[in-house]
Amino acid sequence: MPYPKQLLNATGLAHALGRIAHEIAEKNLNGTDVAVVGIQKGGTHLARRLQLALEKIWGHPVPLGLIDVSMHRDDHSHRLPQNIQPTSIPFDVTGKTVVLVDDVLFSGRTIRAALDAITDLGRPKAIQLAVLIDRGNRELPIKADFVGKELSTAVDERIEVRFTEDGTQTDAVELTKP
Amino acid sequence: MSWNRKHLLDIQSLTPEEINTVLDTARAFKNVGERAIKKVPALRGKTVVNLFVEPSTRTRISFELAAQRLTADVINFTAEASSLKKGETLKDTARNLEALNADIIIIRHSATGAPHFLARFLNASVVNAGDGAHEHPTQALLDIFTIKEKKGKIEGLNVTILGDILYSRVARSNIWALTKLGARVTLCGPSTLVPKTFEQMGCKVTYNVEEAIAGADIINLLRIQHERQRQSMFPGIGEYISLFSLNKARLALTKPDAVIMHPGPINRGVEIDSDIADCDRSVILQQVTNGLAVRMAVLFLVSGGQGPQEVG
Repeated sequence: MPYPKQLLNATGLAHALGRIAHEIAEKNLNGTDVAVVGIQKGGTHLARRLQLALEKIWGHPVPLGLIDVSMHRDDHSHRLPQNIQPTSIPFDVTGKTVVLVDDVLFSGRTIRAALDAITDLGRPKAIQLAVLIDRGNRELPIKADFVGKELSTAVDERIEVRFTEDGTQTDAVELTKP
Repeated sequence: MSWNRKHLLDIQSLTPEEINTVLDTARAFKNVGERAIKKVPALRGKTVVNLFVEPSTRTRISFELAAQRLTADVINFTAEASSLKKGETLKDTARNLEALNADIIIIRHSATGAPHFLARFLNASVVNAGDGAHEHPTQALLDIFTIKEKKGKIEGLNVTILGDILYSRVARSNIWALTKLGARVTLCGPSTLVPKTFEQMGCKVTYNVEEAIAGADIINLLRIQHERQRQSMFPGIGEYISLFSLNKARLALTKPDAVIMHPGPINRGVEIDSDIADCDRSVILQQVTNGLAVRMAVLFLVSGGQGPQEVG
């Protein structure tokens, strides 16, 4: 199979996001206690787009937060420190239904760290997980509630997600092999 | 992102990118101190030793709290109550601490190069908390962090460091950090304590305090280090106050938005007028808060592993 292989183009990505937004809306009725929290860095643009989509569906503001999980990872002493982004959750998570958003779900370790990081800030009523791509290869018992596209990958493959917010010409998701 | 170091020994060997990495990381950690739960599990299971061969309270407390907020276990080792008093060498003391599986050793020592010496034979990470009159890297990093927070940048700023420069490791580390990031540094103080040789580090040296503070964006006051000085080097407290103390008359000469800094402990009425230390242009206590965030960032960065970058 030739690399890079396109998994989603801009239209496909928009459809996937729209579907995720509607599934979130369906599961959470009128959504008055829902907050969207993007995981730095891959989940930030997705979270912002989902927030806008949900506000359109529900017709009321949806709080948006960003969380960096570097301080909660279990592999800090095994890898070089990543570029830490500030965590900014401008609302109290206690009692909220927090929809965690990331671009790619892989080993599940980022999500485990995010669950710890969120619960350090308060006690949400529930935490749900939305990811654009679920690429399998889980190392922990973690499952997403909302998935844009599911596929099985080899561990040495990489998924590149590009957003126009970062200055690329068009949104795209590609499978590559470094 | 630029950090691939196991130790933090000095500012001199850091690149501007590495300094900025510490500042960016510290920004994230400052946020942790503002939460209800001021603790993250980043260094869970790690052992941090505060090896303070030279006495210190504020730096030791800051490092101790930083390590605790990262969930590390902390041991405090002070010279007064230790085997160093019984004739043990620094090398043996350090090796004993390592035999207890210490992961990070934070050292303060009156001898220049003591941290570099330890880093040569220890497997643990070494962090310099002040070595003689040489360097005090975390103090410079927290000063830069505070300046950046106040002014939004470092490049192009006029920074005046006023006081005892010769015996000050804070001054040396600040000069390295500031010049690397593009600030213009002016040094001022009694001529015996501010030798012209500092011009070789890229600073301006003046003995006229009015000239030194007039155009400054930042005025960093250093404490007169009585403990590190010979009598002959110092003009006497009274003379120092009349010539160099930041009083109200001198403050009136400064830019209205000039920021006043001091690494502490302050001697009220000596290097700074008591009211000025408490005024809204003084960021002395913000430096203390930022010091904690910077030290958390440093402990976090030096303990990072060298393995492959994984995603997911």
